[in-house]
Amino acid sequence: MLDFNTNHKALLLTAFGVFAVLSIGVAIIPAFQLDSYQPLPDQPELTDTEFEGLHVFIGEGCVACHTQQVRNIEMDAMWGDRPSIPEDYVYSKKRLDIWRQSASLLGSERTGPDLTNVGVRQPGAAWQLLHLYNPRAVSEESIMPSFPWLFEEVDSTSVREDDVVVAVPSQFLDNPSKKIVASEEAMQLVAYLQSLKQPKMPENSEPEFIPFSKIKEAAGGGSASASKGLDGEKLFMNKCSACHQANGKGVPGAFPPLAGSETVNNEDPEKMIRIILEGYNEMEGYGPMQAFADQLTDAEVAAIMNYERNSWGNEAPEVKEEDVKKVRDSKL
Amino acid sequence: MSLFMKNSKIYFLSTVLLLLSFVGNAQNSQMTKDWETSPGIIGTVVLVIIVLFVAVVIFLAKLNAYLDRLKQKKLNQDRMAFSDELVSLDNDEIDSILENRKKALNYKLKGDELGSLNKAVDKKGLVKRVRKDPNNSFFDEKKKTPLSIETPKELKQIVTYYLAAATFWLVFGTLVGEYLGLKFIWPELDKISFLSFGRLRPVHTNTVFWGWASLAMIGLGYFVIARTSNTKIYSYAKAKIAWILINATVLLGNIALMSGINNGGGEYREYIWPIMLLFAIGLILTLYNFYKTVATRKIKEIYISNWFILAALVWTIVLSVIGYLPFYQNGMGETVIQGYYMHQGVGMWFMTFTLGLVYYYLPATLNKPIYSYSLGVLAFWTQMLFYTMIGTHHFVFSPLPWWLQTVAIVFSAGMFIPVIAGSTNFLMTMRGAWNHISKSYVLPFFLVGVIFYFVGSSQGSFQAFRFTNFVWHFTDFNVAHSHMTMYGIICFLLWGCIYTIVPKLNGKEPSQLLVGGHFWLAFIGLFAYMISLMYGGTLRGLSWMEGNPFMESVTLMQPYWVWRAVGGTLMFISHLVFAYNFYYMVKKEPEKSTKRNGGTEIIKGESVTV
Repeated sequence: MLDFNTNHKALLLTAFGVFAVLSIGVAIIPAFQLDSYQPLPDQPELTDTEFEGLHVFIGEGCVACHTQQVRNIEMDAMWGDRPSIPEDYVYSKKRLDIWRQSASLLGSERTGPDLTNVGVRQPGAAWQLLHLYNPRAVSEESIMPSFPWLFEEVDSTSVREDDVVVAVPSQFLDNPSKKIVASEEAMQLVAYLQSLKQPKMPENSEPEFIPFSKIKEAAGGGSASASKGLDGEKLFMNKCSACHQANGKGVPGAFPPLAGSETVNNEDPEKMIRIILEGYNEMEGYGPMQAFADQLTDAEVAAIMNYERNSWGNEAPEVKEEDVKKVRDSKL
Repeated sequence: MSLFMKNSKIYFLSTVLLLLSFVGNAQNSQMTKDWETSPGIIGTVVLVIIVLFVAVVIFLAKLNAYLDRLKQKKLNQDRMAFSDELVSLDNDEIDSILENRKKALNYKLKGDELGSLNKAVDKKGLVKRVRKDPNNSFFDEKKKTPLSIETPKELKQIVTYYLAAATFWLVFGTLVGEYLGLKFIWPELDKISFLSFGRLRPVHTNTVFWGWASLAMIGLGYFVIARTSNTKIYSYAKAKIAWILINATVLLGNIALMSGINNGGGEYREYIWPIMLLFAIGLILTLYNFYKTVATRKIKEIYISNWFILAALVWTIVLSVIGYLPFYQNGMGETVIQGYYMHQGVGMWFMTFTLGLVYYYLPATLNKPIYSYSLGVLAFWTQMLFYTMIGTHHFVFSPLPWWLQTVAIVFSAGMFIPVIAGSTNFLMTMRGAWNHISKSYVLPFFLVGVIFYFVGSSQGSFQAFRFTNFVWHFTDFNVAHSHMTMYGIICFLLWGCIYTIVPKLNGKEPSQLLVGGHFWLAFIGLFAYMISLMYGGTLRGLSWMEGNPFMESVTLMQPYWVWRAVGGTLMFISHLVFAYNFYYMVKKEPEKSTKRNGGTEIIKGESVTV
């Protein structure tokens, strides 16, 4: 009966049957099992606006370059506080609509940064909008495409009250007399990006990263605590340079310069520490700054400050971990 | 032969065991800093060197042939000089020559001419051409031989239509790819929404997948099915409908993608279901048509090619149904299906179908049977068994269950069995015909395709190991791998098949120079593309492991992206050359077509001049 050489029916049925069984075992059953996870206790559901933003995210093909998975290996620790778990995707990976399936958010290419936690890393709408309008306005060497069709170019007289005007530096404008107004789609997309935060796990249940430790041990030499062991430049590049730029000059009209800044060069570091920990929105002509108290330790803040206070021509006395601690405690 | 088979099976099994132990090692060594000595990396480097070696061999063979031609030219010149000398002879000399000629005409055989020690002299001018090495002429004569069976006009038309559409999509799809490659260097090339990177990238991949490769495979498949079943195609009308459906899929799908309608961003699943449904119907029609043709075959046995081709269609239909059904695709369920779908799309469709084609076209080119039929059968079943299981290796270290990842990695190593079985079979079929490489424009395509089949697939298995994933996952190395396989294997083999069959169908061969141009531009281009992204991708992975700022890994890629664009440009130019060659092969020439029935005569006439 199973003479495949001469019996085309047997050949095809066998090929079909075995493949179907294997597929059910390796794809369909695991898929069904993973389909039914419950969200974490603190996990917010996507709002309608954010869900619309996800549609824009998929339509523009953002997943081609941006992953959304923190792998459980230590090199991915820069993208999140913990490795991603299936629960993280309960709300975002739902069927988009009748025409479109659940978004393939995990991605396979990291041409651009991972976005799992971008809502924490880059919470400001001003930065996100300017970055979408022209990524090179905030990150000189970025190769991300601009999305000008998510914005409208209008005369400054016809800006309505509820319009969100994007502060675009003049060299990135085709027509400097016009204003750039974010479209509804852009606002939805930014809302979605802002919503991308790793939900907190119930205490002590966080999965751990698989360490890649031998290199680090050899380099770190065990002196992990002192602020001297921290690389202020690297921290600045990872946390601050997106807005203030690697050259400390900021982006005119959007993010203030640090080079030559009075606050940065001030002998008394208190105001600067406070701005970093609590955020700031009192500088005329510039967007608001987010608070970093939850993201940076005292030692890290001190390391970043010392880098900023001694770079790009700045000169100011050293800040110690204790100084930061003092300000942090006084706030509480 | 059967003894060899047994041995080879044992050999395969032991190879696999050895490789499985490597997987274990790879996981242990994941913590070491000696990344250069991990088996996955060493394996990849060795494989790349194999390709280089083959390129050098082909190049030397071609160079040799070129030098031979130069020598021939010199001889011709000498001969010309000799005839000039004759013209300038004076009357007395001519008289004496004529006298000799008269004598020669009166000459009678003595009977000892062949058996004596006399020196051989061609006094009669009977010998026109002296062949020193008759083996070498074998290929020339073979490729000039037109098909001995009648190919129905309708079948010719079907094959030509499928291949023409495929060629169009190849040029279009790689034009898009080329443009995308340039955007890595000049992100501000345009600010038009439907040309933006995120929208165009799936246009590139889907066009070359469903447009170019799929149509080319099906077109070439129609000929194989009819020929190896020794019958005519069940329904030409269905073939035409399927052609329309598949082309419509690619056209509509691309329009949708460019206007921002994307199914969900999962690779190769970007067309929304109403559009992909057309493709599925096209496949079902094709399967029905092929199946009916095979069912009415006029020989008892089903040739191995048809196993692969029919199974590829069955598997792909199952695959697209599973890939698009919504019932289990929320949350991580979608991710499992995505891994399964995107890998099987390559493995069960392109790889399986193309292998089926090679089992026919390679022996046909060489005019000898495939080396081992049983090895082909082994490759067939192991292809199904192992390939199906490995999709999740695209998501190693992801939140997918660890056991699923391990299964994928182990079976990725198991892929060595079908790969070694297949490539051994093809190489052994080519054995003894190596000297044809310099004489044939078809064989280099097959050779490169087969070598890449071995190299690209094995490299993929190495890449699935946990350690290599550490370094390479998410980097441009993936892009290098997918071009190494989809381009190095599939495209080169398809081109080999096309250059084998189309000249035979239409009795017109493209210029050897242009086919050579196509081959070398594509090959060198691919090599530049692949090496630059592999090297840059490795550096990028290492930069991430160091914890350097992300932007650093973007700027460090810049020079490699430039080299990628250079390679991509060469590849694209080669496709233009191919498109011209194809046009030349199928273009109708009214004057010649009236004489087409005396086709053999024309071809004989040409063969003398070569």
